[in-house]
Amino acid sequence: MVDITVSITVNGTSQEKDVEPRTLLVHFLRDQLQLTGTNIGCDTSSCGACTVHLNGEAVKSCTVLAVQADGGTVTTIEGLSKDGVMHPMQQAFMENHGLQCGYCTPGMVMASIGLLNENPNPTEEEVRLGLEGNLCRCTGYHNIVKSVLAAAKK
Amino acid sequence: MIPAAFDYKRASSAAEAISLVGQYGDDAKFLAGGHSLLPLMKLRLAQPAMLIDIGRIKDLSYIKDGGDHIAIGALTRHMDVEKSALVLKEVPLLAHAAGHVGDAQVRHRGTIGGSLAHADSASDLPATTLALGATYVAQGPKGERLIAAADFYKGFLESALKPDEMLTEIRVPKMNGAKWGFEKFNRRAQDWAIVGVAAWRNKDASGVALVNMGSTPILATSVSAALKSGASVADAAELASAEAEPQSDLNASSEYRVHLAKVLVRRALEKASA
Repeated sequence: MVDITVSITVNGTSQEKDVEPRTLLVHFLRDQLQLTGTNIGCDTSSCGACTVHLNGEAVKSCTVLAVQADGGTVTTIEGLSKDGVMHPMQQAFMENHGLQCGYCTPGMVMASIGLLNENPNPTEEEVRLGLEGNLCRCTGYHNIVKSVLAAAKK
Repeated sequence: MIPAAFDYKRASSAAEAISLVGQYGDDAKFLAGGHSLLPLMKLRLAQPAMLIDIGRIKDLSYIKDGGDHIAIGALTRHMDVEKSALVLKEVPLLAHAAGHVGDAQVRHRGTIGGSLAHADSASDLPATTLALGATYVAQGPKGERLIAAADFYKGFLESALKPDEMLTEIRVPKMNGAKWGFEKFNRRAQDWAIVGVAAWRNKDASGVALVNMGSTPILATSVSAALKSGASVADAAELASAEAEPQSDLNASSEYRVHLAKVLVRRALEKASA
Protein backbone atom coordinates (compact mmCIF):
# COMPACT_ATOMS: atom_id res chain seq x y z
CA MET A 1 0.00 0.00 0.00
CA VAL A 2 1.44 3.30 -1.09
CA ASP A 3 1.82 6.16 1.38
CA ILE A 4 0.40 9.52 0.39
CA THR A 5 1.94 12.88 1.21
CA VAL A 6 -0.62 15.21 2.73
CA SER A 7 -0.35 18.89 3.49
CA ILE A 8 -2.77 20.05 6.16
CA THR A 9 -2.72 23.38 7.99
CA VAL A 10 -3.27 22.54 11.63
CA ASN A 11 -3.81 25.38 14.11
CA GLY A 12 -2.18 27.80 11.69
CA THR A 13 0.91 25.70 10.94
CA SER A 14 1.31 23.88 7.64
CA GLN A 15 2.11 20.20 8.23
CA GLU A 16 3.41 18.00 5.44
CA LYS A 17 3.55 14.30 6.30
CA ASP A 18 3.48 10.91 4.65
CA VAL A 19 0.47 8.88 5.76
CA GLU A 20 -0.99 5.49 5.03
CA PRO A 21 -4.28 6.07 3.16
CA ARG A 22 -6.15 4.41 6.03
CA THR A 23 -4.85 6.91 8.60
CA LEU A 24 -7.79 8.60 10.30
CA LEU A 25 -7.55 12.33 10.86
CA VAL A 26 -7.74 11.82 14.63
CA HIS A 27 -4.70 9.51 14.54
CA PHE A 28 -2.84 11.95 12.30
CA LEU A 29 -3.44 14.66 14.89
CA ARG A 30 -2.70 12.58 17.97
CA ASP A 31 0.08 10.26 16.79
CA GLN A 32 1.87 12.18 14.06
CA LEU A 33 1.48 15.72 15.41
CA GLN A 34 1.24 14.79 19.13
CA LEU A 35 -1.88 16.94 19.47
CA THR A 36 -3.52 14.73 22.08
CA GLY A 37 -6.17 17.24 23.17
CA THR A 38 -8.57 15.65 20.69
CA ASN A 39 -9.90 12.53 22.36
CA ILE A 40 -11.04 9.24 20.89
CA GLY A 41 -14.26 8.08 22.53
CA CYS A 42 -16.55 5.64 20.77
CA ASP A 43 -14.60 5.53 17.50
CA THR A 44 -17.89 4.97 15.65
CA SER A 45 -18.90 8.60 14.91
CA SER A 46 -21.46 8.58 17.70
CA CYS A 47 -19.93 10.35 20.71
CA GLY A 48 -18.31 13.46 19.26
CA ALA A 49 -15.24 13.43 21.57
CA CYS A 50 -13.01 13.65 18.50
CA THR A 51 -14.74 16.73 17.04
CA VAL A 52 -12.38 19.20 15.34
CA HIS A 53 -12.97 21.86 12.71
CA LEU A 54 -12.15 21.02 9.10
CA ASN A 55 -12.28 24.07 6.84
CA GLY A 56 -14.23 25.88 9.53
CA GLU A 57 -16.87 23.21 10.19
CA ALA A 58 -17.22 20.74 13.04
CA VAL A 59 -16.47 17.17 11.94
CA LYS A 60 -15.81 13.87 13.70
CA SER A 61 -12.12 13.23 13.08
CA CYS A 62 -12.54 9.47 13.71
CA THR A 63 -14.61 9.29 10.50
CA VAL A 64 -12.45 11.43 8.21
CA LEU A 65 -9.32 10.10 6.55
CA ALA A 66 -6.22 12.28 6.72
CA VAL A 67 -6.08 12.08 2.91
CA GLN A 68 -9.58 13.59 2.76
CA ALA A 69 -8.32 16.58 4.79
CA ASP A 70 -5.33 17.05 2.45
CA GLY A 71 -5.05 20.71 1.44
CA GLY A 72 -7.49 21.71 4.17
CA THR A 73 -7.37 23.66 7.40
CA VAL A 74 -7.88 21.96 10.75
CA THR A 75 -8.42 23.57 14.14
CA THR A 76 -8.16 21.50 17.30
CA ILE A 77 -8.75 22.40 20.94
CA GLU A 78 -5.04 23.33 21.16
CA GLY A 79 -5.54 26.00 18.52
CA LEU A 80 -8.22 27.99 20.34
CA SER A 81 -6.37 30.08 22.91
CA LYS A 82 -4.52 33.17 21.74
CA ASP A 83 -1.47 34.42 23.68
CA GLY A 84 -2.46 32.41 26.73
CA VAL A 85 -6.01 33.77 26.74
CA MET A 86 -8.74 31.15 26.45
CA HIS A 87 -11.33 31.24 23.68
CA PRO A 88 -14.64 32.71 24.93
CA MET A 89 -16.21 29.23 24.67
CA GLN A 90 -13.48 27.69 26.86
CA GLN A 91 -13.95 30.57 29.30
CA ALA A 92 -17.71 30.00 29.36
CA PHE A 93 -17.29 26.25 30.04
CA MET A 94 -14.97 27.11 32.96
CA GLU A 95 -17.23 29.79 34.42
CA ASN A 96 -20.39 27.67 34.13
CA HIS A 97 -18.87 24.39 35.24
CA GLY A 98 -19.67 22.89 31.84
CA LEU A 99 -17.60 19.78 32.53
CA GLN A 100 -16.93 17.17 35.15
CA CYS A 101 -14.49 14.44 34.10
CA GLY A 102 -13.48 16.46 31.03
CA TYR A 103 -13.29 13.64 28.52
CA CYS A 104 -15.99 14.96 26.20
CA THR A 105 -14.93 18.59 26.73
CA PRO A 106 -12.55 19.19 23.79
CA GLY A 107 -15.13 17.81 21.36
CA MET A 108 -17.97 19.58 23.16
CA VAL A 109 -16.13 22.94 22.93
CA MET A 110 -15.30 22.47 19.24
CA ALA A 111 -18.89 21.44 18.41
CA SER A 112 -20.23 24.39 20.42
CA ILE A 113 -18.03 26.88 18.56
CA GLY A 114 -19.19 25.33 15.29
CA LEU A 115 -22.80 25.65 16.43
CA LEU A 116 -22.41 29.38 17.22
CA ASN A 117 -20.62 29.97 13.91
CA GLU A 118 -23.74 28.70 12.14
CA ASN A 119 -26.29 30.10 14.59
CA PRO A 120 -24.80 32.94 16.67
CA ASN A 121 -27.85 33.45 18.84
CA PRO A 122 -29.44 30.04 19.51
CA THR A 123 -32.32 29.22 21.83
CA GLU A 124 -31.76 26.65 24.56
CA GLU A 125 -33.59 24.07 22.42
CA GLU A 126 -31.37 24.85 19.43
CA VAL A 127 -28.28 24.35 21.58
CA ARG A 128 -29.53 20.97 22.79
CA LEU A 129 -30.41 19.89 19.25
CA GLY A 130 -27.18 21.34 17.83
CA LEU A 131 -25.10 19.29 20.26
CA GLU A 132 -26.93 16.01 19.58
CA GLY A 133 -23.73 14.58 18.15
CA ASN A 134 -21.80 14.95 21.40
CA LEU A 135 -22.30 12.67 24.37
CA CYS A 136 -21.44 13.59 27.97
CA ARG A 137 -21.82 10.90 30.63
CA CYS A 138 -21.30 13.16 33.66
CA THR A 139 -23.07 16.48 33.52
CA GLY A 140 -26.59 15.76 32.37
CA TYR A 141 -25.85 18.51 29.81
CA HIS A 142 -27.43 21.37 31.81
CA ASN A 143 -24.22 23.24 32.48
CA ILE A 144 -22.92 22.56 28.98
CA VAL A 145 -26.04 24.19 27.51
CA LYS A 146 -25.65 27.04 30.02
CA SER A 147 -22.03 27.48 28.92
CA VAL A 148 -22.92 27.69 25.24
CA LEU A 149 -25.73 30.18 25.90
CA ALA A 150 -23.31 32.26 28.03
CA ALA A 151 -20.66 32.17 25.27
CA ALA A 152 -23.26 33.35 22.76
CA LYS A 153 -23.76 36.48 24.84
CA LYS A 154 -20.01 37.24 25.11
CA MET B 1 -10.43 1.05 15.06
CA ILE B 2 -8.48 1.51 11.86
CA PRO B 3 -9.72 0.22 8.50
CA ALA B 4 -7.81 -2.58 6.78
CA ALA B 5 -5.12 -1.23 4.47
CA PHE B 6 -6.12 0.02 1.03
CA ASP B 7 -4.75 2.07 -1.81
CA TYR B 8 -6.16 5.46 -2.62
CA LYS B 9 -6.81 7.41 -5.81
CA ARG B 10 -8.45 10.76 -6.25
CA ALA B 11 -10.83 11.40 -9.15
CA SER B 12 -11.39 14.92 -10.43
CA SER B 13 -14.43 14.10 -12.56
CA ALA B 14 -17.17 11.48 -12.77
CA ALA B 15 -15.63 10.17 -16.01
CA GLU B 16 -12.25 9.72 -14.34
CA ALA B 17 -13.86 7.98 -11.36
CA ILE B 18 -15.70 5.54 -13.63
CA SER B 19 -12.56 4.84 -15.62
CA LEU B 20 -10.63 4.19 -12.38
CA VAL B 21 -13.28 1.83 -11.03
CA GLY B 22 -13.23 0.00 -14.37
CA GLN B 23 -9.50 -0.43 -13.96
CA TYR B 24 -9.63 -1.79 -10.40
CA GLY B 25 -12.88 -3.73 -10.64
CA ASP B 26 -14.68 -5.29 -7.72
CA ASP B 27 -11.92 -4.44 -5.25
CA ALA B 28 -12.60 -0.72 -5.63
CA LYS B 29 -15.16 1.44 -3.83
CA PHE B 30 -16.12 5.07 -4.29
CA LEU B 31 -15.49 7.31 -1.29
CA ALA B 32 -17.72 10.40 -1.06
CA GLY B 33 -18.15 11.85 2.44
CA GLY B 34 -17.23 8.50 3.96
CA HIS B 35 -19.89 8.54 6.67
CA SER B 36 -21.45 5.26 5.61
CA LEU B 37 -18.39 3.56 4.14
CA LEU B 38 -15.69 4.32 6.73
CA PRO B 39 -17.69 2.93 9.68
CA LEU B 40 -18.24 -0.30 7.69
CA MET B 41 -14.54 -0.47 6.86
CA LYS B 42 -13.55 -0.03 10.50
CA LEU B 43 -15.75 -3.00 11.38
CA ARG B 44 -14.28 -4.99 8.45
CA LEU B 45 -17.76 -5.30 6.98
CA ALA B 46 -16.20 -3.73 3.89
CA GLN B 47 -12.58 -4.29 2.90
CA PRO B 48 -11.97 -2.60 -0.45
CA ALA B 49 -8.41 -2.81 -1.74
CA MET B 50 -8.81 0.54 -3.50
CA LEU B 51 -10.72 3.66 -2.52
CA ILE B 52 -11.53 6.10 -5.29
CA ASP B 53 -12.11 9.47 -3.66
CA ILE B 54 -14.88 11.28 -5.52
CA GLY B 55 -15.39 13.77 -2.69
CA ARG B 56 -13.50 16.52 -4.47
CA ILE B 57 -15.54 16.49 -7.68
CA LYS B 58 -16.84 20.03 -7.32
CA ASP B 59 -19.31 19.99 -10.21
CA LEU B 60 -21.40 17.25 -8.55
CA SER B 61 -22.36 19.45 -5.62
CA TYR B 62 -25.32 21.63 -6.58
CA ILE B 63 -29.04 22.19 -6.14
CA LYS B 64 -30.91 23.37 -9.25
CA ASP B 65 -34.47 24.03 -10.31
CA GLY B 66 -35.24 21.49 -13.03
CA GLY B 67 -38.75 22.74 -13.82
CA ASP B 68 -41.03 20.03 -12.46
CA HIS B 69 -38.30 18.73 -10.16
CA ILE B 70 -35.31 19.80 -8.07
CA ALA B 71 -32.00 18.38 -9.30
CA ILE B 72 -29.44 17.68 -6.60
CA GLY B 73 -25.84 16.75 -7.35
CA ALA B 74 -24.91 13.43 -5.77
CA LEU B 75 -22.06 15.00 -3.78
CA THR B 76 -24.27 17.63 -2.16
CA ARG B 77 -23.89 17.39 1.61
CA HIS B 78 -26.84 16.78 3.91
CA MET B 79 -26.28 20.17 5.55
CA ASP B 80 -26.57 21.91 2.18
CA VAL B 81 -29.80 20.06 1.32
CA GLU B 82 -31.22 20.82 4.77
CA LYS B 83 -30.53 24.57 4.48
CA SER B 84 -31.20 25.11 0.78
CA ALA B 85 -33.91 27.76 0.26
CA LEU B 86 -34.91 26.01 -2.97
CA VAL B 87 -35.32 22.59 -1.31
CA LEU B 88 -37.13 24.14 1.66
CA LYS B 89 -39.60 25.81 -0.73
CA GLU B 90 -40.14 23.06 -3.31
CA VAL B 91 -39.43 19.80 -1.44
CA PRO B 92 -39.75 20.67 2.25
CA LEU B 93 -40.07 16.99 3.26
CA LEU B 94 -36.59 16.30 1.87
CA ALA B 95 -35.04 19.32 3.60
CA HIS B 96 -36.58 18.19 6.88
CA ALA B 97 -35.40 14.58 6.47
CA ALA B 98 -31.88 15.71 5.51
CA GLY B 99 -31.81 17.65 8.79
CA HIS B 100 -32.48 14.42 10.68
CA VAL B 101 -29.55 12.44 9.27
CA GLY B 102 -27.03 11.72 12.04
CA ASP B 103 -25.93 14.94 13.71
CA ALA B 104 -24.43 18.28 12.62
CA GLN B 105 -20.90 16.86 12.28
CA VAL B 106 -22.17 13.97 10.16
CA ARG B 107 -24.26 16.32 8.00
CA HIS B 108 -21.18 18.44 7.30
CA ARG B 109 -19.50 15.46 5.62
CA GLY B 110 -22.15 12.98 4.47
CA THR B 111 -23.60 13.34 0.96
CA ILE B 112 -27.04 12.57 -0.46
CA GLY B 113 -25.60 10.38 -3.21
CA GLY B 114 -23.44 8.48 -0.73
CA SER B 115 -26.40 7.80 1.53
CA LEU B 116 -28.60 6.58 -1.33
CA ALA B 117 -25.89 4.44 -2.97
CA HIS B 118 -25.20 2.83 0.41
CA ALA B 119 -28.85 1.68 0.24
CA ASP B 120 -29.36 1.22 3.95
CA SER B 121 -33.06 0.75 4.68
CA ALA B 122 -32.45 2.24 8.14
CA SER B 123 -31.30 5.56 6.65
CA ASP B 124 -33.72 8.44 6.27
CA LEU B 125 -33.06 9.57 2.71
CA PRO B 126 -33.67 6.33 0.76
CA ALA B 127 -37.23 6.13 2.13
CA THR B 128 -37.82 9.88 1.82
CA THR B 129 -36.80 10.02 -1.85
CA LEU B 130 -38.82 6.84 -2.45
CA ALA B 131 -41.94 8.43 -0.95
CA LEU B 132 -41.39 11.49 -3.14
CA GLY B 133 -41.06 9.41 -6.32
CA ALA B 134 -37.51 10.55 -7.05
CA THR B 135 -35.40 9.47 -10.01
CA TYR B 136 -31.69 8.81 -9.64
CA VAL B 137 -29.17 9.45 -12.41
CA ALA B 138 -26.39 6.87 -12.70
CA GLN B 139 -23.36 7.37 -14.90
CA GLY B 140 -21.37 4.45 -16.26
CA PRO B 141 -18.83 3.80 -19.00
CA LYS B 142 -21.59 3.88 -21.63
CA GLY B 143 -23.24 7.05 -20.42
CA GLU B 144 -26.16 7.95 -18.17
CA ARG B 145 -29.27 6.03 -17.25
CA LEU B 146 -32.23 6.96 -15.09
CA ILE B 147 -33.34 4.68 -12.26
CA ALA B 148 -36.64 5.26 -10.45
CA ALA B 149 -36.21 5.15 -6.67
CA ALA B 150 -38.86 2.40 -6.67
CA ASP B 151 -36.53 0.21 -8.83
CA PHE B 152 -33.27 1.11 -7.08
CA TYR B 153 -33.31 -0.85 -3.82
CA LYS B 154 -32.68 -4.55 -4.38
CA GLY B 155 -31.79 -5.93 -0.95
CA PHE B 156 -29.84 -5.27 2.24
CA LEU B 157 -27.20 -2.63 1.28
CA GLU B 158 -27.79 -3.64 -2.31
CA SER B 159 -28.80 -1.28 -5.11
CA ALA B 160 -29.41 -1.42 -8.84
CA LEU B 161 -26.08 0.34 -9.44
CA LYS B 162 -23.58 -1.70 -11.42
CA PRO B 163 -20.05 -1.87 -10.00
CA ASP B 164 -18.80 0.59 -12.62
CA GLU B 165 -21.65 3.08 -12.19
CA MET B 166 -21.87 6.04 -9.87
CA LEU B 167 -24.81 8.19 -8.84
CA THR B 168 -24.43 11.69 -10.22
CA GLU B 169 -27.80 13.36 -9.65
CA ILE B 170 -31.02 12.95 -7.69
CA ARG B 171 -34.19 14.38 -9.24
CA VAL B 172 -36.97 14.99 -6.75
CA PRO B 173 -40.42 16.03 -8.03
CA LYS B 174 -41.61 19.34 -6.64
CA MET B 175 -44.25 18.89 -3.96
CA ASN B 176 -46.38 21.79 -5.27
CA GLY B 177 -47.63 22.61 -1.81
CA ALA B 178 -48.55 19.04 -0.81
CA LYS B 179 -48.58 18.65 2.96
CA TRP B 180 -46.22 16.21 4.59
CA GLY B 181 -45.16 14.48 7.78
CA PHE B 182 -41.90 12.88 8.87
CA GLU B 183 -41.66 10.62 11.90
CA LYS B 184 -38.51 9.07 13.27
CA PHE B 185 -38.59 6.90 16.35
CA ASN B 186 -35.20 6.24 17.91
CA ARG B 187 -33.52 5.74 21.25
CA ARG B 188 -30.88 8.46 21.11
CA ALA B 189 -31.21 11.75 19.23
CA GLN B 190 -28.63 10.91 16.58
CA ASP B 191 -29.47 7.25 16.09
CA TRP B 192 -30.89 5.54 13.06
CA ALA B 193 -34.65 5.17 13.20
CA ILE B 194 -36.03 2.03 14.80
CA VAL B 195 -38.92 2.84 12.47
CA GLY B 196 -39.33 6.00 10.41
CA VAL B 197 -42.00 7.33 8.07
CA ALA B 198 -41.87 9.90 5.29
CA ALA B 199 -45.29 10.85 3.92
CA TRP B 200 -46.92 13.50 1.74
CA ARG B 201 -50.46 14.01 0.58
CA ASN B 202 -52.47 16.26 -1.72
CA LYS B 203 -56.14 16.04 -2.67
CA ASP B 204 -55.55 13.38 -5.35
CA ALA B 205 -52.60 11.32 -4.24
CA SER B 206 -50.13 10.44 -1.51
CA GLY B 207 -46.74 8.86 -0.99
CA VAL B 208 -45.76 6.96 2.14
CA ALA B 209 -42.44 5.19 2.68
CA LEU B 210 -41.05 3.35 5.68
CA VAL B 211 -37.57 3.42 7.19
CA ASN B 212 -36.11 0.23 8.69
CA MET B 213 -39.14 -1.97 8.03
CA GLY B 214 -37.34 -4.52 5.86
CA SER B 215 -34.12 -5.08 3.96
CA THR B 216 -34.99 -2.18 1.65
CA PRO B 217 -36.93 1.05 2.18
CA ILE B 218 -40.61 0.18 1.76
CA LEU B 219 -43.22 2.04 -0.26
CA ALA B 220 -46.48 1.61 1.64
CA THR B 221 -48.69 1.38 -1.43
CA SER B 222 -51.64 -0.16 0.45
CA VAL B 223 -51.86 2.95 2.63
CA SER B 224 -51.93 5.24 -0.42
CA ALA B 225 -54.51 3.01 -2.17
CA ALA B 226 -56.76 3.09 0.91
CA LEU B 227 -56.54 6.88 1.14
CA LYS B 228 -57.37 7.18 -2.56
CA SER B 229 -60.47 5.05 -2.10
CA GLY B 230 -61.62 7.33 0.71
CA ALA B 231 -60.42 5.56 3.86
CA SER B 232 -59.75 7.66 6.94
CA VAL B 233 -56.16 8.29 8.01
CA ALA B 234 -56.64 6.00 11.00
CA ASP B 235 -57.96 3.15 8.85
CA ALA B 236 -55.32 3.61 6.14
CA ALA B 237 -52.54 3.62 8.77
CA GLU B 238 -53.64 0.14 9.89
CA LEU B 239 -52.27 -1.11 6.54
CA ALA B 240 -48.84 0.44 7.21
CA SER B 241 -46.86 -2.78 7.22
CA ALA B 242 -48.72 -4.61 4.43
CA GLU B 243 -45.66 -4.42 2.14
CA ALA B 244 -43.06 -4.64 4.93
CA GLU B 245 -41.03 -7.53 6.30
CA PRO B 246 -39.44 -6.09 9.41
CA GLN B 247 -36.59 -7.85 11.18
CA SER B 248 -36.11 -8.25 14.91
CA ASP B 249 -32.93 -6.83 16.38
CA LEU B 250 -31.68 -5.62 19.75
CA ASN B 251 -33.71 -2.41 19.45
CA ALA B 252 -37.08 -3.89 18.61
CA SER B 253 -38.90 -7.09 17.75
CA SER B 254 -40.58 -7.48 14.41
CA GLU B 255 -44.01 -7.26 16.09
CA TYR B 256 -43.08 -4.02 17.83
CA ARG B 257 -41.91 -2.54 14.53
CA VAL B 258 -45.26 -3.42 12.93
CA HIS B 259 -47.02 -1.63 15.79
CA LEU B 260 -44.71 1.37 15.52
CA ALA B 261 -45.23 1.62 11.78
CA LYS B 262 -49.01 1.91 12.22
CA VAL B 263 -48.68 4.59 14.88
CA LEU B 264 -46.04 6.57 13.00
CA VAL B 265 -47.84 6.37 9.64
CA ARG B 266 -50.96 7.68 11.34
CA ARG B 267 -49.03 10.56 12.94
CA ALA B 268 -47.25 11.42 9.69
CA LEU B 269 -50.51 11.35 7.72
CA GLU B 270 -52.31 13.44 10.34
CA LYS B 271 -49.66 16.12 9.78
CA ALA B 272 -49.96 15.68 6.02
CA SER B 273 -53.74 16.01 6.20
CA ALA B 274 -53.96 18.95 8.62
